[in-house]
Formats: sequence, C-alpha cells, structure tokens
Amino acid sequence: MRISADRLRKALQDSEFLPTLSLSEWDLVIRQAQRAGVLARLAIQLDARNLLDAVAAAPRQHLLAERALAEKHERDVRWEVRCIQEALAESGVPIVLLKGAAYTFAGLPPARGRLFNDIDILVPRAALEVVEQSLRRSGWSIGDIDPYDERYYRRWMHQIPPLTHWGRRTTIDVHHTIIPDTARLDLRVEKLFAAATPIAGASGILTLAPADMILHSATHLLNEGEFARGLRDLDDIAQLLRHFGRDAAFWPRLTERAGELDLRRPLYYALRYAAMLLGAPVPAAALAAGPDAPNRLLRAVMDTLFERALRPDHRSCRDGLSGTALWLLYVRSHYLRMPPYLLIPHLLRKAYRRTITPDASGPG
Amino acid sequence: MTATTTAARETVPSAAAIEAGDFFLRSGPFTTRVHTSIPHLPDGTAQLYEPRHISAHRDFADFHVTVAPPRGVRRWYRPQVLFHLDGIVPFKPLPLLHAVPIFEWGLNWCIVNRANSYLIIHAAAIEKNGFVAIMPGVPGAGKSTLTAGLVNRGWRLLSDEMALISLTDGRVMPLVRPISLKNESIALIRDFVPGAQFSAACHDTIKGTVAHLKPPQESLNRVDEPARPAWIIFPHYVNGLPATLATYSKAASLIEIARNAFNYSVHGARGFAVLADIVESSRCYRFSYGDLDEAVEVFAALEPPTRAGA
Repeated sequence: MRISADRLRKALQDSEFLPTLSLSEWDLVIRQAQRAGVLARLAIQLDARNLLDAVAAAPRQHLLAERALAEKHERDVRWEVRCIQEALAESGVPIVLLKGAAYTFAGLPPARGRLFNDIDILVPRAALEVVEQSLRRSGWSIGDIDPYDERYYRRWMHQIPPLTHWGRRTTIDVHHTIIPDTARLDLRVEKLFAAATPIAGASGILTLAPADMILHSATHLLNEGEFARGLRDLDDIAQLLRHFGRDAAFWPRLTERAGELDLRRPLYYALRYAAMLLGAPVPAAALAAGPDAPNRLLRAVMDTLFERALRPDHRSCRDGLSGTALWLLYVRSHYLRMPPYLLIPHLLRKAYRRTITPDASGPG
Repeated sequence: MTATTTAARETVPSAAAIEAGDFFLRSGPFTTRVHTSIPHLPDGTAQLYEPRHISAHRDFADFHVTVAPPRGVRRWYRPQVLFHLDGIVPFKPLPLLHAVPIFEWGLNWCIVNRANSYLIIHAAAIEKNGFVAIMPGVPGAGKSTLTAGLVNRGWRLLSDEMALISLTDGRVMPLVRPISLKNESIALIRDFVPGAQFSAACHDTIKGTVAHLKPPQESLNRVDEPARPAWIIFPHYVNGLPATLATYSKAASLIEIARNAFNYSVHGARGFAVLADIVESSRCYRFSYGDLDEAVEVFAALEPPTRAGA
C-alpha cells in the first residue's frame, strides 16, 4: 500500500512542525528520509532552530546520529579537497568543484546536513591527461574495471573512470564537460569555465557561477536517469533557487543562460518540479511554458514519470507504475546520451550483465 | 532510543505475533520490527530474549528488519535466507538453518551502522556494584566466553559485543543481547552454567559452529540501568595459561580502545575527549587466562578506582 511522501516533502520546506509528529508518523518519516538521503538535512534544520530537544527521544537519536555523520562528512570533504589541491598544484590546472563539494566550499545551503560519496571536479579537456597523471602520482588509481565500462566512461560519459585513493579509499570523478559527447545537446564548456568563480582563501579551486550550478544540477537530475538520490538532488535545486532567487535579477539571468547553453528543457522540468513538489518560490515568468517547452501531452507524461522518480526510494512510496517510470526515464537518459544504433546494443549488454551478475553495476 | 510508547496497545498477544512472524523486539535502547516467514526464527528469538521485550505492536521502531528466503531457485533448492533492513541487503544469503545467527549478526550490523548517537566500542561490558569493566577484543581473544562465564558468576551483562557509550556522560548503556559463542566455548559454557538456555547450534557457519546463549534474568531485568566505566581490560585467552592481570599504560589503552571503536572517526574530537576521560578515570589492564574459574576469581578481586582517579 502506498503511503505518500507529502509529509517529508513538507518537512524539507519547513521543519517547524516536525516536533509535533507522533511516534508512528516519525517512524515513517525517518525511514523515507533515510532512503532519500535527507535525514541529516532534517536534523541540521531542526538543530538550527533549536528544536532537536523538542523531538521525542526515540526519533531524536536517529537525528543526532545523522548530525554526527554529516559533521564527519564535512570534515572529510574539506580534507579531501585539500589533498586534491596539493596533488594538482604543480600542474597549474584550474579545478572547478561540482555538486556537494562546491556547496560546501561556497558555503551554500545544500551543504548543510549533506552526506557525500565521491568528489566531482571539472577540468579542461586538454588537461585531462596531466590531471590523471598527477592524481595517479599522488595515490589515486582506477582499480579493477571492465574494459567496456572503462571505454564507456571515457567515450560516452564525460569523465575519466572514477579514481580511488589507495589509503583513504575516497573517490574522485574527473569530468571535462557536464554533457556527454554524443548527446543531442551541444554544450560549450568553455563558457562554464569563463564564468567560474574562485573560492576565497583557496588557491586553484573554483565553483561554477550560480546559474551554471543550478543548470548543472538540473541537467544531472533530469537527464541522467539516476534517481536513488532524486529527492535530495531536487531539494538541492530548490534550496539554490531560494538562495540565489532572493535577487530578482537572477531569474531572467538563469533563463537566458539556459538558452545560451542549450539547457532550456532540463531547466524547465527542474523549475517545474522544484516548485510543484518542494514549494520553491519560482516566479510565474520563469515557470511559463516558453516556445521550446514540452507540449501539454508530453508534459503530462513527464509529470507522471518524474513525480514517481522523485519520491524517496522506499517501498512505502512505490506504486504499480513506479518501476515502469524509472525504466522509461533510464532509457530516455540513454536516448539523450547516445544515438539509437549504439543505444540498443548498450542496453542489451547491461541487461545481460545484470542477469549473470546481479550485483553488477557500472556506468550508465 | 527507548521505545517510549504512550499507548503500547497489545492488539494481538505476543505469542500470536511471534507465531505470525511479525513482532517488535526490544533490545536495550533499540526497538526492532521483525517480519519473517521462517518459523524457527521467531521460535529462536522467543527462547533468547525476555518475553516482556517482545510485543505485537510499537509505535516506533528503530530498525525494520525482514528475514526471508531470497527470490528464485534458492527459495527451494538448498534453501537460503536473506537479511533485509528496510530495503537494504547488507549480506549475502546464508543457509536457511542459520536464520537465528543471520538475524543476530544483522542486528549488530544495524546498530553499528546506524546508532551513531553513541560511541560504539567493539567490546564486552559487564557491571558489578555500579562499576563497569569494558573488555575490548579482537575475535578469538576469548572475550565472549569470558563474558558468558562472568555474567553467570555475579556480574551483570551490559553487552557481549558492542559497548554503547553515551557521548554526554560517558556511561555505558545496556544492550543485553544473546551472547554469541563458538565451537568449544559452547560445551565449556554448558558445563560452567548448568541450565543455561542456548539456541540450537548452527554448524558450518563462517565462524564454525555457533550458538547463542540467553542472558541471565537479572541482566535482562536491569536493561534500563546504565553504569559508569571503572576498568578497561584487554583479555587474551591461551589454553593452559595461568590467569595474569597486568597493568597497562593509559596511553596505550587509549590508543587500543580507540582502535576497537566502530565509529570513532564519526565523532572526531568529541569521541577522543570522551574516551580520554574514560581511560583517565579507569584502571587499565591486560588480562591473560586459560581457565574460566581462575578468571572469575581475578575479576572478583578487582578494585574500582578511587574518586580522585585511578
């Protein structure tokens, strides 16, 4: 039986009502939040309002645990970026931090209560070899990887295969653009570098400009077919929109930049769902269906699919269509990434590998 | 994580809940919702846990656990069993007969991975006269056998595997789970504790033959009483060795106990401060033994530290 995630989505917008929840309501919220990767976020939000002590003892322990984990993760990320800086200092290559690490170093709202997996960085394509060599010299390596997967990463995705450090067991994903080569959308990555902002007090590392940060997050969420952390990623976008959107001039800049980088469609969906599901304060003008917005039928189909994909990955949130919705969006993400004559063999190969080794996971 | 229910209505009596394979189990500060289709698991649980701690309904559970056969052919052919925590499967399947061990190990996994509001040491913790002996130990050091013996000779069991330390006041919180014993220890404890209640032994597990021992009734009754550490004792079993208690340096003890902490790195500086306080105010020893009776005598003679510190 499906139970909705409305309470969790409401809590992400404003956690004030959480201490009033009953124990059985908490039971469900904690489980959904855990799976969605946002429990630490709730803990930090409650802590910031001095409401943690008002939460009942049993659920409070879970919130305290997540807060401790989030604090650890922040320490680790800062240390890891410092190690990366040292490894790449000599090469002089500018490093643009992406996603979580960027939010942390720029002091942005989505950094609070965040649990990190890998560190994602963006470097110029011409510098890829130098970067890979420098990182290898400092102890990172690719490790065991299927040659097909390695080719896939290098050719079809936009990164070197993930590099893992021998001692710390941390992983870096080195990207050279934020859209794959074969994608139908043609992205000018030089524009991203041109607009990138240095981080005060940290030499050699930058973050994307605010509009670019949102566009990257939107493209990643809406186009790449991975929704395990979908609600968290959508909340990142909602928080960034709230933060940067306080300046009224930001919205037309965001729309214009999306046009410049040819990312209007993912932005359209990102704004739509951030507003619809998480109450992000998006002005009507930005939400309006412009000339390259999807038609009403496609929009209705996408709403059905994305609303399901953006629920917490918990069995209480699944219904009969959830599996199909995820699969369709997965195929769509590959359709956007590869031409059909390559897509079919790739999907067949993935399906085959999943039957012979159920734990097999690779890129795409 | 006390399962404080304002109205823990027993809509269905516990025995029926156990038989239906859908029940709530309290162990120390944690409540686990257990859902299983495997009959010998609820039966085993009912043998090893306190009946008052098993109920048909709780408003809040810390862990939602399912123990069930996997999908596909291993459901019937050389049947297996899988442990699920609310959609996560942390281990590969085990033979169906090992449902009780997989549940116990699974619950350990849940606590170690989720209960980060505590500092969790890989150690046994036993109490007497309000003072706790924490016994960190790598597998094979004989910690579980020693614990099983001591808690049946005047000591109270707080935990045999995971010492939960409060970060606010450094006290040890009781967990009081069944004690996991292996191979020769099973027979040894059966002799040492007449009338001991064991689960059915499981052979050919990854640890050899495994059985779980129900904690003494007094330990179960006092599950809500935390206590303060007074001794840190690093045990080491060697057959034939006379019982020897040797003072261990505080610096080395701090390093050693930190190394045995599951989530030390989660708590950073705060974890260090809490452990340093505990070591500072405890007596620290290395203890080797070859005979359980001798060990009991040595422990009976332990002196708690004076107020001013050890």
